[in-house]
Amino acid sequence: MAFANPHITATAVEATEFPDLARRYRVTGVPKTVVNETIEILGALPPEMFIEQALSYDGGDANSKFQIPHS
Amino acid sequence: MALLAPADQDKLRESFSAMSSPVRLLFFTQALGCETCLQTRQILDELPALSDKIAIEEVNFVLEKEKAAQYGIDRVPAIAVIGQDAAGEPKDSRIRFLGAPSGYEFISLVQAVLLVGGRGSNLDEANRQRVAAVSTPTNIQVFTTPT
Repeated sequence: MAFANPHITATAVEATEFPDLARRYRVTGVPKTVVNETIEILGALPPEMFIEQALSYDGGDANSKFQIPHS
Repeated sequence: MALLAPADQDKLRESFSAMSSPVRLLFFTQALGCETCLQTRQILDELPALSDKIAIEEVNFVLEKEKAAQYGIDRVPAIAVIGQDAAGEPKDSRIRFLGAPSGYEFISLVQAVLLVGGRGSNLDEANRQRVAAVSTPTNIQVFTTPT
């Protein structure tokens, strides 16, 4: 996703090495995804569902269909 | 001493041979107080031997604070995956790894190198468009464990 959009940064965090981060984001299982400190996704999802949930703060699909993608 | 079995080295060499552009792994590290920095370095050292398109650049996290800030790195060990644009200039993929990339994380790192090195996105067109439409800064953190 980071590769497809310059506004997106993606970080893979090794949870056992950084227990402070794991605590802060309430990582009770892996994989756990946290988007902009607020959206939390526990477990792996199919790409469509993952993207929909991860980007749910961003206006949703309805608007995006009519936006011109960034180059 | 190689961490990877010869058969795995061969498989990786074959995968990396499809890379069309170079990838630089910026490795942020420090000598003291970092339990897994040495292990990370050992893992990363395996890669340039498998492809002349992969380079490792070590960054001293203590001395080069500015560079760490530039790449948004606030703890170590950390890896920033840097590709190249069409003009041959460095292009930050904004893909990061925090912690030693062992176990499944190593596979993720290999996938990131292939993605940035020219394989391109695995997203289908609808998903790619949805992701491309994002216009606000978005920080995705994925927590994993080595096994």
